[in-house]
Amino acid sequence: MPKDGIGASVKRKEDYRFITGQGAYTDDIDRPGQTFAVFVRSPHAHARIASVDTAAAAAMPGVVKILTGADYAAEGLGGLPCGWQVTGKDGPMVEPAHPPLAVDRVRHVGDQVAVVIANSAAEARDAAEAVAVAYEALPAAASIEAALAGGAAQVHDEAPGNLCYDWEIGDKADVDAAFADAHHVTRVELVNNRLVPNAMEPRAAVAEYDRATREYTLYTTSQNPHVIRLLMGAFVLQLPEHRLRVVAPDVGGGFGSKIFHYAEEAILTWASSKVARPIKWTAERAESFVTDAHGRDHVTVAELAMDRDGRFLGLKVDTKANMGAYLSTFAPCVPTYLYATLLAGQYTTPKIWCGVQAVFTHTVPVDAYRGAGRPEATFVVERIVETAAREMGIDPAELRRRNFVPSDAFPYQTPVALVYDSGNYEGTLAAALAAADYNGFAARRAEAESRGKLRGIGLSAYIEACGIAPSAVVGSLGARAGLYECGEVRVHPTGSVTFFTGTHSHGQGHETTFAQIIAERLGVDIDAVEVVHGDTSKIPFGMGTYGSRSLAVGGSALSRALDKVETKAKRIAAHLMEAAEGDIEFADGQFTVAGTDKSVGFGDVALTAYVPHNYPIEELEPGLDETAFYDPANFTFPAGCHVCEVEIDPETGAVEIASFAASDDFGNVINPMIVEGQVHGGIVQGVGQALLEGCVYDSEGQLATGSYMDYTMPRADDVPSFSVSTETTPCPHNPLGVKGCGEAGAIAAPAAVMNAVHHALSSRGVSRIDMPATPARIWQALNAA
Amino acid sequence: MPTVKMNVNGEAVSGEVEARTLLVQFLREQLRLTGTHVGCDTSQCGACVVHVNGVSAKSCTMLAVQCEGADVTTIEGVADGDTLHPMQEAFRDNHGLQCGFCTPGMIMSALDLAGRNSAPSETEVREWLEGNICRCTGYHNIVKSIMAGARAMAAGQGG
Repeated sequence: MPKDGIGASVKRKEDYRFITGQGAYTDDIDRPGQTFAVFVRSPHAHARIASVDTAAAAAMPGVVKILTGADYAAEGLGGLPCGWQVTGKDGPMVEPAHPPLAVDRVRHVGDQVAVVIANSAAEARDAAEAVAVAYEALPAAASIEAALAGGAAQVHDEAPGNLCYDWEIGDKADVDAAFADAHHVTRVELVNNRLVPNAMEPRAAVAEYDRATREYTLYTTSQNPHVIRLLMGAFVLQLPEHRLRVVAPDVGGGFGSKIFHYAEEAILTWASSKVARPIKWTAERAESFVTDAHGRDHVTVAELAMDRDGRFLGLKVDTKANMGAYLSTFAPCVPTYLYATLLAGQYTTPKIWCGVQAVFTHTVPVDAYRGAGRPEATFVVERIVETAAREMGIDPAELRRRNFVPSDAFPYQTPVALVYDSGNYEGTLAAALAAADYNGFAARRAEAESRGKLRGIGLSAYIEACGIAPSAVVGSLGARAGLYECGEVRVHPTGSVTFFTGTHSHGQGHETTFAQIIAERLGVDIDAVEVVHGDTSKIPFGMGTYGSRSLAVGGSALSRALDKVETKAKRIAAHLMEAAEGDIEFADGQFTVAGTDKSVGFGDVALTAYVPHNYPIEELEPGLDETAFYDPANFTFPAGCHVCEVEIDPETGAVEIASFAASDDFGNVINPMIVEGQVHGGIVQGVGQALLEGCVYDSEGQLATGSYMDYTMPRADDVPSFSVSTETTPCPHNPLGVKGCGEAGAIAAPAAVMNAVHHALSSRGVSRIDMPATPARIWQALNAA
Repeated sequence: MPTVKMNVNGEAVSGEVEARTLLVQFLREQLRLTGTHVGCDTSQCGACVVHVNGVSAKSCTMLAVQCEGADVTTIEGVADGDTLHPMQEAFRDNHGLQCGFCTPGMIMSALDLAGRNSAPSETEVREWLEGNICRCTGYHNIVKSIMAGARAMAAGQGG
């Protein structure tokens, strides 16, 4: 193995520019003659727009242009599209129009009404305040409960009762029959709290139009620039792709929130040809809170039926999911196909039914956020399993073991559509319990009690479906696009390599990980490899980065492209050494004629490919540049076990995470350092959900947690250091044997933390605490118990 | 409009600013020093931390005119030419960054801590970072980086 090849903790190639302040994020881009946009946004959750008067604003200093929803509507352009159609019990979901600028009604605080473009950001801000919008405020439905109540305010006329769809999976009568035979049924009511993703870089965009070439360029904070080009070009603005370039430069975190096509991207691009100058927009954090798609927001009742020995007989789950005011790009699939299909967890539960009602409310749209449906599923399964273990008096680890899909049972068909490809749940459980010193817990609890503290331990044995996605499968489930990935390996004449990938790196370290794969495969130095992503003018195509897909799908496309490079290079080497193509072997960057000492280096072959003389041009095309698309055969199934131990001060309700241990099976690991970092970050997002973060709307639809003064982001002193390790069962159906690691922490951690909190509080008679388990909630529960 | 003069990364600079212009706007928009970032609007996230007269400060919460005559150091002024500062090296060696957006503020904040405490404990580092938010790393490797960076600085490899 080359020193920087697969399996090495190579220091990241991208770090130099970031630690020296030379990253190039969207807001760092300044274009000549640039103007600045500020959006006029609704202060109401629900209102009729009586009029929009821009006259006073237009007369303000520096104002270049003001555009309203009426201006946009007059051009007959499209609304923001939804990429996934879910079909419920009563037919296809209700899919209301989503105008990029509101025309006659606003449906959430932050809904955009007009855009002001001026010579400076300050002038645009001043003028935006002078745009006079006459609103007639209407009653709002700001929560799932309020939206489903009789007589609730209607978000969309075409969605009576605010129902987007009523969907189910599984045979309910069949599951009910399983419950009839149960020795014990455990029931839980759960709230999966609404979260704001909060990538540290606020969303931003710069759009410009070139009159000479009639080309549009959009720089945007996106995880998938090709998807934005396709959605915005084909469906919204009706611009041809060959005159529309979308660039996602350095992006400061995404976590899902930068997947979606947002109104600001379309409006800036549309307006750029009108003002014939570049336009920049950068969200303020307060604006991000009311415009970035939020995550989670489920209310669930679940029941688990067991026999006398605790073997699971059936699971019933009834979930209500908040869609917000409009359907964001991938919103409908999150509480259905990315959620209910994971409710088997790591277990052999034979009968599962899940019903999901998706509900419109007068709140910011809700869509995929790190884990997207799978954290919600894991929270249901792992909270109910842990609760069942306590109720049955069976050790929670032992109850899990009794119900695990055994490691010799793969491929394993679950009752909720998925076929798990591989796994070793006993292995990750054992490793996590050892790392957490599970057996020593009783002594630690006793010691904590002697100090007046409540100590608890909680497990979360999670599974996720990643490597999104096998196109035929998701197509049959309503996805309006296949989810292939594309990679192009361009070998240069002297043997250095540029890899163009359709995935996007916004913290994941692709520039290093992909380079390691290439260094290993071609025997070139890692410094001779450059990875290019995020520019539709450079990369043939790409579906981007989400759903832990970059390595499993994008890395597989890379692997296929490398196969093609090797095949062609062998033909060139055979020509150079006057040998038969079948006799050429390739290892460590050298092509050798089998059984001889004749060899030629990779660099010589590359040079011959481009500047040939004495070359069989009739039989062999010059060049060494290969593109491959990869469509996965199945999802990948990362799984593992996280164990959290907490200590609670009953006097204050404050929770301290005493320790956190994770054992994950991500298949083969390319760069262990990067993988560990992904797990650390995911865990803290999960801890944030469990203990700190909660998005609160008041009954009128005002966002009460609209800044970092109100929305509690995890900080360094809220969490400890972690113990993380991996077990490996390679993915059997992709060429690298990889599964994906980006979402695991956020998926596993909330249940582990909340199981520990409930365990700690159980001795004081507290049976239910919802997330976030803040000191106030815990203190109140302790005092009410 | 008032003219403001200050030393930034050892160079004398001046510019016309509005009275309301923030230090971070002056650095990013007029001096094109875009390594200093803006991640929030309530002085919470710390992506904008620079040093003003040797002390870490949130450049989103100071007016440019308040820095008249001051010595300001930004992330662009930390390395010695192509030679990275030990704290920068420590962030790279310990994978103390992912998306990189909070990183300049983290490094500037860490340098202030290391100047006050050459061997900070994990607890001291975590408490010091109260004003810096990272959404990617879970802080684990940032804490390791800062402890290692402070040790390297104390060992006389720079600083």
